[in-house]
Amino acid sequence: MPLLEIENLNITFDTGDGTVHAVNDLSLALDRGETLGIVGESGSGKSQTAFAILGLLARNGRATGSIRFDGDEILNAPARTLNRIRAERIAIIFQDPMTSLNPYMRISDQMVEVLTLHQGMGRRAAEAEAVRMLDAVRIPSARERIRLYPHEFSGGMRQRVMIAMSLLCRPDLLIADEPTTALDVTVQAQIMALLQELQGEFGMATMLITHDLGVVAGFCERVTVMYGGRVMERAPTDPLFERPTHPYTRGLLNAVPRLDRADEAMAAIPGNPPNMARPPRGCPFRPRCAFAGEDCAEMPPLSQAGPARQRACHRTAEEVAA
Amino acid sequence: MTTPLLSAREIDVTFGTTRPGDMPWTAPRKLRAVSGVSFDLAAGKTLGVVGESGCGKSTLARALIRMVPASGQVLWQGDTDLLSLSPAAMQRYRSEIQMIFQDPLASLNPRMTLGEIIAEPLRTHRRDLSRADIRDRVRRMMDRVGLLPQMINRYPHEFSGGQCQRIGIARALIVEPRLLICDEPVSALDVSIQAQVIELLQELQRDLNLAILFIAHDLSVVRHISDEVMVLYLGRVMEAAPAERLYAAPRHPYTQALLSAVPVPDPAVERDKRIIPLTGDLPSPMAPPSGCVFRTRCPRAEAACAAEVPAPGPGPHRCACLFPGTITADEVA
Amino acid sequence: MVHDTQRMQSLAERMAEDEVAGRSLWADARRRFFSNKAAVIGLALLAFVAAFALFGGQFAQWSNEELDYNVMGVVAQEGGPSLANGHYFGVDELGRDLFARTVQGTQVSLLVGLVGALVAVVVGTIYGATAGYVGGRVDAAMMRAVDVLMAIPYMFVLILILVMYGRSMIALFVGLGLISWLEMSRIVRGQTLSLKNREFIEAARATGVSGVTIIRRHIVPNLLGVIAVYATLLVPLMILTESFISFLGLGVQEPLTSLGALISQGASTMAYGTIWQLAFPLLFFCLTLFGFFFVGDGLRDALDPKDR
Repeated sequence: MPLLEIENLNITFDTGDGTVHAVNDLSLALDRGETLGIVGESGSGKSQTAFAILGLLARNGRATGSIRFDGDEILNAPARTLNRIRAERIAIIFQDPMTSLNPYMRISDQMVEVLTLHQGMGRRAAEAEAVRMLDAVRIPSARERIRLYPHEFSGGMRQRVMIAMSLLCRPDLLIADEPTTALDVTVQAQIMALLQELQGEFGMATMLITHDLGVVAGFCERVTVMYGGRVMERAPTDPLFERPTHPYTRGLLNAVPRLDRADEAMAAIPGNPPNMARPPRGCPFRPRCAFAGEDCAEMPPLSQAGPARQRACHRTAEEVAA
Repeated sequence: MTTPLLSAREIDVTFGTTRPGDMPWTAPRKLRAVSGVSFDLAAGKTLGVVGESGCGKSTLARALIRMVPASGQVLWQGDTDLLSLSPAAMQRYRSEIQMIFQDPLASLNPRMTLGEIIAEPLRTHRRDLSRADIRDRVRRMMDRVGLLPQMINRYPHEFSGGQCQRIGIARALIVEPRLLICDEPVSALDVSIQAQVIELLQELQRDLNLAILFIAHDLSVVRHISDEVMVLYLGRVMEAAPAERLYAAPRHPYTQALLSAVPVPDPAVERDKRIIPLTGDLPSPMAPPSGCVFRTRCPRAEAACAAEVPAPGPGPHRCACLFPGTITADEVA
Repeated sequence: MVHDTQRMQSLAERMAEDEVAGRSLWADARRRFFSNKAAVIGLALLAFVAAFALFGGQFAQWSNEELDYNVMGVVAQEGGPSLANGHYFGVDELGRDLFARTVQGTQVSLLVGLVGALVAVVVGTIYGATAGYVGGRVDAAMMRAVDVLMAIPYMFVLILILVMYGRSMIALFVGLGLISWLEMSRIVRGQTLSLKNREFIEAARATGVSGVTIIRRHIVPNLLGVIAVYATLLVPLMILTESFISFLGLGVQEPLTSLGALISQGASTMAYGTIWQLAFPLLFFCLTLFGFFFVGDGLRDALDPKDR
């Protein structure tokens, strides 16, 4: 049984401009200890998927379908159940750690609160555990710095604190939503290396949500590529980067400049991302796709293409990859 | 050798900062945002300026066009020092140097239509033009940057990020400048759109013989677009060289650390990658380290680094380090 | 690859057709305003009060100065609201038609409110935007001046002006105008400071647009929302201030009157059983205030949707 299993997830938002379909018919599974990358640009629905798992959708959002965590249905579960799961079994870290740290509380108090509340620890034991966790995320002189307030840390250190907090209850699943987007590249490298180490140490499953293909390439075992609220392609990392078989994946890989190659042209994908209030009919990538035809007005199903690879495209893998 | 279009000589930018609660007569504390930066930029060429947040790259750009007070010299075509001109005399050069900004939507006035936004520099610098002339030029420029003519009366919030950046580019180029300063022009854009904007900039540069000062933190993009690259750290030049040389054989430890940290979208490359870790945090610019500002985080720092500020030296490949050269695996460990 | 220009062009055109018609931020705000029930009711109230002030005089059977000798002396018994003798709202203590007097009082009160708010908008905006945009010592000096003026008890100054220069409309306008712009200039300055650091202002400065033009073209249009909201809420405050002055007996002079003065007179004769003398002016006073407050709130919600 997979740890997390999402089936036919649909997320819609009622806005002044009508109904926005943020996620359409998304299914995915994540095993214990696995790392899954969800790659997509703005409006692809990747973050809303994470919010739906945690029951954190905005008030005008509605989710249908099924999300099972460890066999239990958690989509639209009562707040009490969700609170317990969020506190103890699924943790999330955001792009901006300040959104989830209380600026008026010392780090020590925030961490101790989590442990006493959810693990029933005594204050002294909780504090020792908190220091141990800060040590684990390589915060130097953790014993002293635990007394500081969040704003007294640098951006990178703050993200480390956030990671330490999220790991306090030894979650089974860590969702990292653009964890390094706001950080400088050298700090990003440190944080990603840290996450990788912790993954080995704690053995939690990790869902990495990002727009950065480079970060995914270095961290994830499997990758799901989303566009316009739908899954375009999913495959283990190596074959996906080696031989992308969906026009969008391919376009995306061609659009990123590579540091290790000098004279490779950046090939832009023409057009603009879809307006999710008025998405194109059929495949959302159709208006920007070089391979698009009349049949693309109908959304292609996500079908098996080789071992562990699925793609949603009317063109064959050979046509696209050629 | 031909005269460069723009030469910066020993640019210093110092801000006075006051703490809350300071009395009006308290002397402000000095923050040196940029110090001793020099470079040349020739017409039709691109200089990439890279560095992490707080390295002074955006301040440097603003110093060149006198949006922040600076000392040193900014020579236009080798003779006119822009920093010593009167504000009235400077006005003429403002149309020669235009700028595009990081956040495409925020850099456009939400109450103005696209046509009004693009026309603004013309209305400022070309008062001789008639309304019809201006409209005509705006339309031609819109076409040039890939905006459709029927969009002219729309408002910025109706456009996507990529389109907004096209509007910003159109506004900058409508007065036919010779130097375009791009301050993180693609970092707020989606990956698939970044390439569009870069392609457009390169095409316009070729056609108009534009010089571009390209400021970014994304080293891959900078490599792609630049002829020459300058690496800044805490307001100082660490290394500057022709792009190919800098990326192929970086000499400064900081440049090497930066390059090693960039993720590459290729799992095989990522697995074999050796990152040079930087220890500790960025020092406060209020109290920079003595000597080499990078020494507190440098894997190669020695006692001498604290005593002496290393000079970048002359030549096409400048490197401000006492012990330059490739960092080996043993040093990192 | 996708480098085929023609293909890209056709793509672009296809996408252009998908776009909806353009609409400005103002159009968006209008839509939100009119979908707000309280705001629309407020607007209707204001329209009614304005129509009453402008055209009410046409329906009056009596002028506001005529004395009706038929009811004089027996106001409490004969002077009540009546269609038969043309006194729709009854008569006042002296036998003057209260309908005509209420029309006139509403006119004066609205005028006082609007003039006060107008002065605040013009002076406060220019002053505040200049201080905020220029910044530094100029800003400090200008805002300290405002602080000093605000520290003076304005009611005292207002009364002094009315006593020294006589109780005229002009003196009242000058007095109200002097105080009304202070708060506005502070609000505008604060907004300007936050606007000043936005990238589009920086873009204009980089291009070489002059300071005056930046204020006029970039800052003020982006302040209009805040100004409109605050001005709408300022009008009832001005009306209230004037009413208070009139209640003290220092407001506009007979034969002119204002809602405040009418309420004052009505309240003083309440004990004689002529409740209509208080009720009708008070009704219009309340309608006006409600109207402005509802519209002000509606404008705020419409112009700044993030707050909701």
